[in-house]
Formats: sequence, structure tokens, C-alpha cells
Amino acid sequence: MNGDHHVILRVVAKALIPIIALFGFYVHFHGEYSPGGGFQAGVILAVSIILYSLIFGIAPTMRAVTPGFARAVAAFGFLLYTGVGVVALIRGGNFLDYDALIRDEPGGHLGQHVGIIVIELGVLFAVAGSMVTIFYAFAGRVSEIRDEDW
Amino acid sequence: MVEFVLERGNYWAIIGLMMIGLYIAFAATNLIKRLVGLGLFQTSIILFYTSLSRISGGTAPILYGKDYKSSYEDKDSHGETAANGAEYAGEAATDAAYGYTNAGLENVYSNPLPHVLMLTAIVVGVATLAVGLAIIVRIREAYGTVESDEIREMDLQVALAEAQDEADELSLASGATRG
Amino acid sequence: MIEMLSSLVPDTVAAHAPALLVVVPMITAPIAAMMPNGRIAWFLSLLATAASLLMAVVILSQVRSIEGGAVLSYAMGGWAPPAGIEFRIDGLNAMVLLLVSIIGFLATIFSWPSVKAEIRDAKIAMFYSAYLVCFTGLCGVASTGDAFNLFVFLEISSIATYVLVALGAGQDRRALPAASHYLLLGTIGASLFVVGVGFLYAATGTLNMAELSVMLPQIPNNKAVMAGYAFIVVGLGIKAAMFPLHQWLPNAYAYSPSFVTTFLAATATKVAIYALVRFLFTVFGLEFVFEGSTLIWVLMPMGIAGMVACSFQAVFQTDVRRTLAYSSVAQVGYMLLGISLATAAGVSAGLFHLFNHAIIKGALFMALAGMVLSHQGTSLNDCRGMGRTAPWTMTAFAISGLSLIGVPLTAGFQSKFALVSALLDSGWWWGALIVVFTSVLAVIYMGRILEAVFFKAPVNPNKRRKEAPLMILIPLWILAISNIWIGVQSDFVFGLARDAAAMLILGGPQ
Repeated sequence: MNGDHHVILRVVAKALIPIIALFGFYVHFHGEYSPGGGFQAGVILAVSIILYSLIFGIAPTMRAVTPGFARAVAAFGFLLYTGVGVVALIRGGNFLDYDALIRDEPGGHLGQHVGIIVIELGVLFAVAGSMVTIFYAFAGRVSEIRDEDW
Repeated sequence: MVEFVLERGNYWAIIGLMMIGLYIAFAATNLIKRLVGLGLFQTSIILFYTSLSRISGGTAPILYGKDYKSSYEDKDSHGETAANGAEYAGEAATDAAYGYTNAGLENVYSNPLPHVLMLTAIVVGVATLAVGLAIIVRIREAYGTVESDEIREMDLQVALAEAQDEADELSLASGATRG
Repeated sequence: MIEMLSSLVPDTVAAHAPALLVVVPMITAPIAAMMPNGRIAWFLSLLATAASLLMAVVILSQVRSIEGGAVLSYAMGGWAPPAGIEFRIDGLNAMVLLLVSIIGFLATIFSWPSVKAEIRDAKIAMFYSAYLVCFTGLCGVASTGDAFNLFVFLEISSIATYVLVALGAGQDRRALPAASHYLLLGTIGASLFVVGVGFLYAATGTLNMAELSVMLPQIPNNKAVMAGYAFIVVGLGIKAAMFPLHQWLPNAYAYSPSFVTTFLAATATKVAIYALVRFLFTVFGLEFVFEGSTLIWVLMPMGIAGMVACSFQAVFQTDVRRTLAYSSVAQVGYMLLGISLATAAGVSAGLFHLFNHAIIKGALFMALAGMVLSHQGTSLNDCRGMGRTAPWTMTAFAISGLSLIGVPLTAGFQSKFALVSALLDSGWWWGALIVVFTSVLAVIYMGRILEAVFFKAPVNPNKRRKEAPLMILIPLWILAISNIWIGVQSDFVFGLARDAAAMLILGGPQ
């Protein structure tokens, strides 16, 4: 692929993609105090990968973030989410009872803080992984549609 | 009468969008257009829920100013458990839905619950759209078209051919038993 | 046996049974997706559904531990119910959960040979993952006590179902338009349902079903509640394949992989009917539904129209799977007819038929899956002579077929008898006549199939045909024998249905 036509695009994207990814994490970790959270952060993180593949091609992206890896990330995020619930179960609370995660002095909310951050982390992984997987499923398909059909 | 109509402008818009979406979903022959109609339909529902949560004079449901400070002081002084806090928030949401002002809060906030619900509905919608598009991609590969009437025509041909085959098979078999 | 099984489970686990029932398959789904080998994924799903079945048994014994039926409430995340999401389980939920998990477990056992033959090897692990997600969704619908949560679980199971139906494309490309049609109608149904829930929320400010049932009687003649009611009935009607809204069902059942057909036919519409019953009787309450809105003029005609029209359509099909699919819509009509009586006897007959029909259709489609495996076809011609070459498969098929007709000593007879006597009790003798008439239609369409199976010479004797493998035969015969068992000794299942109906009609949620 000849990149000469897209020099500006490539240069700007190279600078932008890490910032987008970083912003994704910012949205995630700031989500405890302000609008944000794992869902939005996951989408932003996935966008950085999708932007990369739009500019540099789908093949190099698939080498960097393999479809199997993306799917594993999605499954891992889901497991992380339910895992918090199961840990709470094992520690004697109800399913997803964050207070049971960490035994605190009465009135303390350490369990709530930790629980929601980990849960949202799970959401982040699940959303980012599945967004990239969906993108690959469509973009990575060998097209049978000829140009004149459009 | 005019006031009655104008006061409910958001609902008219929602009903309009909903009907347009439903009409496209049923009337379009192109499968992708059908999905677009479905998307419009679901979006109108999201608008419906979010307009339910609106409280006149309410801001985004994030505690600020005095409320923000007092919520922290409360915790320190009374040592409320989180569960109580949640119940309190739930009551506030219920009150808000009735149009009461938020009890014990300085500022007026919109009801956050419908927004949260719609976040889930958006995820459901995205998943449906992705599955629907994936199925349409497969249809395009299997049939070479995304027009539902053409697909129906092709299926009809196949079904007729199958029926013909079966009739042939049957007559062949009955001929064999007779012979 | 229930007591024995539930005594095996430690108390700490039993206390969390409502959550574990849903959580175990939910956790297993992503793990199964990651498995490199389809056989491991199958084994994991087997374990997960077995665990769910055990939990369903535990829940049942807990519900039945108190005279009149206990109501289990499980607060998710420890948030107290009206604000938080609760799983609320009474006699009705326990019965539906037992049904779904029994069918899920038996279907998983039988699935392996069938899935291996019909799905590409690389996709099997993902297939089982989608199946587990679908199972999770159905269990979730049957246990949640929160109206919006019910929508989410309904969509979880539906989206997985669209995928499963579309995977039939490996056998027949017509599975794809069927899946897309199902997706369109199913999504519209769920969306209408969620609009209805929105109206209820606007009117009451709560989403908890128990709370709704308390608050709705306080605001009679509220237009928002009425609009919500209409949206919810239509939305769930689409999901339950209520007569004029059933157009998605025949193609989806006819072209999906045979394992998927078995599972869906036995569970998906049943769970939607459960949700409908839950909303009609618990949330809106008897007075609102049947006196305020004269539902009797909607649900009952639709039920009867479905029974008659779809039985006729079933008679004229040449494909056995399509015959059974139309018959499924007709059977939904029986359930709706029973429910629309709004008497304890009528509702219990409807629920009893719901249970029996799941077992009947599960067995019938399982036998057909065995036929597809050995014979690659489900047309009437393919059936000819199967009785001689595959006697075990086809005998079980015949038992369930007779049960579908309603021959004495089978489950179908018991529930139809209960339905007819409930109809007569309410003075709807013409309804009873229609039930008998559609049973005659069932004799015709099942008779055609059974005649071809047992009394006709095979069309092409050279075609390879053999008995279904043991892994299909065992669950198939469990279902067939339970048909006879319920036919002879209906106390247990009918008792479940009667308790649930009594709770719905008389008690409400306590």
C-alpha cells in the first residue's frame, strides 16, 4: 500500500491514536467521580484501534491486535465482571455485593470503591474487545461484492 | 388546544419518529433499510425514556455545590452504610418521577435512572444491529442480493423445485412397487 | 427425590440458588467461547446446565417448603428490592425454571452428535457459547422481579437465538432470511415491551414488579397505564408467537439447526408466555386486566384463531418440521385459551399444557434431529419406512405424537382434559368443542406423519438410514417416558401448575 497520498493523515493519526487511547483510560478512571466509566472508555479505546486500521489497513492491525486476542479480551472482561460477583458470593455477600469484597469498619466504603472500579474495568475490556471483534468481523471479510454492484 | 399540542412537543416528535421507523422496518424491501428503520424505532424509545427523566429546572444528575459537600459530611457524621444511601437515592428517583423536588437536596436534578436504563438499551440495540448486519452480509453472500422480494422469489423457486423432486421420487417409488 | 437432591446442596449454596442458577451458565459462556475444541465446550455446557438444573430443584424445594408456596427474594448486590434489582421466585417461576433447566440439560446431552454433524468444527465452541447465553437469558427472564431487567434478559436470549437460527445456513441458506425476519419481529416485540414498561415507570416511578402490582391499583383509569398495558401485551405476544404475530416462527423452526429447534420449541415461547402471565396476573392484576380492559375479547379469540388456523396450516405442510412448527403456534393457542379463562382451573390448565407441550415438542424435535442425522431430510417422503429401520427413535416419536394429539394415558391428554373441564366449568362449552375439533385436526396431521413412518414403504430403499446414536436416544426416551409418566401420574406437574395458578389468582405476590 502506497502511503504517499495520505502523509498528513498518517502523521496526524500517529500522534492522535495514543492520545485517544489515553483519553479512554482517563474516561474510565475518572468515571467514579464524573460522567464516564467503562462503557464509554471501552468504545474510545476500540476507536483508537479502529482508526489505526482505517488509516494503515486492516492487515497490519490484525497482526498487532489479533482477532483471537480481541475476542479473548472481550471474554476476559465479561469474566472479570461476573468474577467480582462470584468473589462477593464466596465472601458471604449476595451476588455483586461490593461491600462484601473488603471487610471495612462500619460506614467505610472501600469495598464499593474497589468493586465499581474492577467492574467497570471488566466493562471496559468487554466493550473494547467486542467492538474490535465486531469491526473485524465486518472489515476483515473477503468481499465478494464487486465495485459496479454498489 | 394549541397549547395542549405544543406542551407535548417531545412526545409528538417521538411518536413521529417511532412510526417512521416502524413503517420503514415493515415496508422497505431492502434488508439494510429495514435495519435502519429498526434503529430509528429503537432510538425513538431512547428519546422517550430520556424525556421522561426531565424535570423542569433540573440539571445533570451529578451532585454539585452544597449537595456535594453535604453528601460527604453526612457520611462522616452518621456513618451511613452504602445500602441506606442507595435506598435514599432510590427514593429520590421515585420522588423525581412523580415530579416532586428532590428531598434534602439544594439543587434540582434530573432523574438519572432512565438514562442508565437507556445505556443498557443502547447496548442491546448495538448488539441487535451487529447481529442483523452480520446476517445480512451472509444473505448477500448466499443469495447475491439484499432485496427481500428477490430473496422470497428465489426461495419460492427452490421450494417448488423441491416439491417437484419429491413428487417425482414418490411416483418413481410407487412405479417401482407396482412393477 | 426433590428433597434428596436438594439436601445434597450445602446451605450456603442453597441460599444463593436464585443467583447461581443464572450466573453459572453466564460465566461458562465466555469460557466455552475460548475453548479450542468443541468437545470441551460441549462438556462445559453440560456441566453448566446440570448445575442450573440442580439449582432449579433446590429452588423448587425451597418454594414448596411452606404450605401455599414461599416467595424467595434475592437482592442483587445487596441493594434492597424497590431500588435494587431483585430476583423474585414463587411457584410459577419455580415451575418455569424447572422446565427450562430440564429441557436445557437434556437438550445439551443430545446436542453433541447433532451439532457435530450440522455445524462446522471451528464454530462449535462459539455455538455452545451462544447456546449458553440463550439459556442464561431464558433463566433470567424466568427469575427476575424487575420489569426492565426482564427486557434485558429477554433480549440476551433473543439475540443469541438469532445467531443460533442463522447458523442453520450451513444446511439450508433459507435459515438466513428466516433469522433476519425473526430478528426484525423479535426486536420490534421487545421494543414495544420496553415502551410499555416506560409507560408504567412514568405512571408509578418504579420498575419492581411486586411494587408495580401494589401501586397500579391505586391509579385506576390512568391512560398511561392502559397504553403501557397494550404495548406490553403486543410486545410479549410477538415473543410468544400469539396467533397473528407468529409469522417469524415456522421458518425459524424449520431451517435452524435441529438442536436449536428442539431447544427453542421447548423453551423460548414458553418463557415468553410466562412473562405474559406474570404481567397479566401479577403486575396488572386480575381486575384491571379482565374487567377493566376486557382482555377476554383479545386473548381468547386470538388463542382460538391460532388453534384452528394453525392446525389447518399444519395439515397441509409436506415438511415434518414445518408441521410441528405450525402445531406449536396452535398449542400456544391452547395455553392462551386456558389463561384467558382467568379462573384458577383455567390458568392451571394453561400452565399444565405449557409444561407438557414443552416435553412433547422437545421429544418430537429430538427424534427429528435423529432422523436428520441419519437421513438428511425431514420431508414426509423421508419419513416413509423409518419405523422399521429406526424403531427406537420412531417409537419415542410416536409416543410423543400421540401425546400431542391427546390420547389417554399421555401427558397431552391430561392437560387437554384439564383445559376442557375448566372450559366447561366456566360454561364455555363451545370452547371445549373447539378444543376437541382441533384435536381431530391434530389426529390428521400427526396421523399423516405416523402413517408414513410406520406403514409406508421407503421411497428409496437404497438411502442409508439407521437408528439415532445412543446420546440422542437416552434424552429422547427420558422425555417420552415422562410423557407417559405425566399421563398416568399427573399429580406432581399438575400440582405445580395448580399451586402457581392459585397463587396468581387468589394470592398475588405476598
